[in-house]
Amino acid sequence: MKEHTIRERTGGKEALALFREADLLSLGRWSDNIRKALHPEEICTFVVDRNINYTNVCINKCSFCAFWREEESADAYLLDKDTIFRKIEETIGLGGTQILIQGGLHPALDIFYYTSLLSSIKERFDINVHGFSPPEICFIADASDLTIRETLGMLKSAGLDSIPGGGAEILSDRVREVLSPKKIKSSRWLEVMEAAHRLGMRTTATMMFGSIETAEDIVAHLDAIRQLQDRTGGFTAFIPWSFQPGNTELGDSKPGPTSNPSYGATAVEYLRVLALSRIYLDNIENIQASWVTQGLKMAQVALRFGANDFGSTMIEENVVASAGVSYAVTMDDIINSIRSAGFVPAQRDTYYKLLRTF
Amino acid sequence: MLSAIAKKVFAGKRITEKDALRLFETDDIFTLGALASHVAGKKNGVKAYFIRNRHINPTNICVNRCKFCAFSRSQGQEGAFELTIEEIIKKIGTGQNGRVRGQTASSKKSSGRQVAHHLSPITHHGISEVHIVGGLHPEWPFEHYLNMISAIKKHYPKLHIKAFTAVEIDYFSKISGRSLQDTLAALKKSGLGSMPGGGAEIFSEGIRNRLCPEKIPGARWLEVMEAAHRVGIRTNATMLYGHVESLSDRVDHLSRLRGLQDRTKGFQAFIPLAYHPKNTEIEGSYTSGIDDLKTMAASRIFLDNFDHIKAYWIMLGEKISQLALMFGADDIDGTIIEEKITHSAGALTGERLTAEQLVDLIQKAGKTAVERDSFYRTVRTFA
Repeated sequence: MKEHTIRERTGGKEALALFREADLLSLGRWSDNIRKALHPEEICTFVVDRNINYTNVCINKCSFCAFWREEESADAYLLDKDTIFRKIEETIGLGGTQILIQGGLHPALDIFYYTSLLSSIKERFDINVHGFSPPEICFIADASDLTIRETLGMLKSAGLDSIPGGGAEILSDRVREVLSPKKIKSSRWLEVMEAAHRLGMRTTATMMFGSIETAEDIVAHLDAIRQLQDRTGGFTAFIPWSFQPGNTELGDSKPGPTSNPSYGATAVEYLRVLALSRIYLDNIENIQASWVTQGLKMAQVALRFGANDFGSTMIEENVVASAGVSYAVTMDDIINSIRSAGFVPAQRDTYYKLLRTF
Repeated sequence: MLSAIAKKVFAGKRITEKDALRLFETDDIFTLGALASHVAGKKNGVKAYFIRNRHINPTNICVNRCKFCAFSRSQGQEGAFELTIEEIIKKIGTGQNGRVRGQTASSKKSSGRQVAHHLSPITHHGISEVHIVGGLHPEWPFEHYLNMISAIKKHYPKLHIKAFTAVEIDYFSKISGRSLQDTLAALKKSGLGSMPGGGAEIFSEGIRNRLCPEKIPGARWLEVMEAAHRVGIRTNATMLYGHVESLSDRVDHLSRLRGLQDRTKGFQAFIPLAYHPKNTEIEGSYTSGIDDLKTMAASRIFLDNFDHIKAYWIMLGEKISQLALMFGADDIDGTIIEEKITHSAGALTGERLTAEQLVDLIQKAGKTAVERDSFYRTVRTFA
């Protein structure tokens, strides 16, 4: 199989063959070479931010999620503004430059809740608000009888800066029909991202794998992201992460046809997907390692399999922790991990501009 | 840079200490992985082994105070424990008492079902080996250990007993006034089947004095192992890395092991042990995943006279252990069931994996999973 470099674009069929047949070390070497060409400084970046999950009430009830609750549930919650303000204040105190604000699809909330929340945050704080993944955007639009473009426009005017790439899961409607039948379809996810990019907002893109998808689904997902990026250039980064089976409906169910959901993706599968992403997504500058789902040691190894970013310090992470995965990690741990993996740690902002190196 | 070393490896020639240092220093983990896989493939093909085993620690009371250890206690200190022989027999029989993997968070939705899912019953019929290591107890006489071994053997005649590190053997010899050879022969006669490789830490005298001044010197550890091999007891060998040692210290350690193995051929597996910093006197950091893989690969390439290199998943984590199978390891240890030593120092893993989980990890790494006995004979191959 020929050497893969940044100069030639990998086709879908070729990607599928690579993913199925290439040995892990070769995939690693190719993706590491591409990463070096894009980021020759051997810097690994991270953003200091806090994940604020304003509510866990969600009407979608996806089978791979351990976070959602019914509105009537005893541990259902909706954070009030003062709690959110306090969390932001703490984040800024810790050197944070961004908040990631995401939550469930709460049936009692409409556009005015969100615009009021955003503008009251912006009145008080100088911080990048990275918030509301496409399922939330669509939900807000529907609840308020607005188009996606109108919704995004209003949120942007109220203070929304950028949009996280969650809710993409696998952009295959066949898989979505099984995992998350109530969640927006692939085309809607892509439509929200395209509209956001057209309005000048940058976003990330994610992929959740290791459930019931096939290799074709993974390549199709990467291809959809690459095509949209060709049109808009609005994605800052791609973040593949693996399904965490603990405490979820899917994790308790019988093994699927192509993998065993009760175990989730193993390390080998994670690195194969990561390396393939780096090879295939030649128009996306940054690939994030997911220490939240993989642990710090794997995130370190990921830096040799295509990743150049450690994502966020995650001052608070509720969603993954509820699936039984919990790594207590400080900013120092992240800095030390990057350094001991042989890279230079650097704090960045939402747009991957370097703020300080360590 | 590595091409001269690669040439030697592909020609089946022994590499030097200087070569090994280069392997530890390189950033090219892909070449390291390829070379280590070549060596592993020649020795074990595409096989990767696991065993159905259980760990037992008879006591954590120890007269030594090693600075990297979070497990040991003094007599009477809070948290000190000692198991009676009856309790040990019972533990082996039930396979219970361990925490269940994946049970850190509670959820209204499914925690009950999760427990049922992960807790496959493991009885003494299920395990083929018990691994016993413990503290150097200030009062137990040598006869207590002989009784422990023969009692286990009497209750579970088919169970293989792998027990006592070189440090414990040296201690038994001191408290009983017997020679090493007599000590080992008496244990063997009682039913000891083989010995683990713990207590090697790092042989380098300077580092050892800083880490564990009371522990036997490296030369004595090697002497005990040589004596064990001479009386027909196979053993493992370990290296604790990632604390305060240099890369040259690691190479020196491996070199002394390779030298002894040339003379005795008594070592079965080498097991690099990643240092864990929590609750220890020297603290520090966890090793990096990249260092773990490099150490695995460099060890595989350098220790050309060892048949097996083990990725001990308790210390490396399931994920890095699985990757280690592509960096020279051919063994991922076993079900374990209950683990106290690494967990005292902040292990990030659970304490048990089922045989099914071990097979899954191995197969997804593209290897053939083989359940082994204590001498690496095939019990079952998983197609």
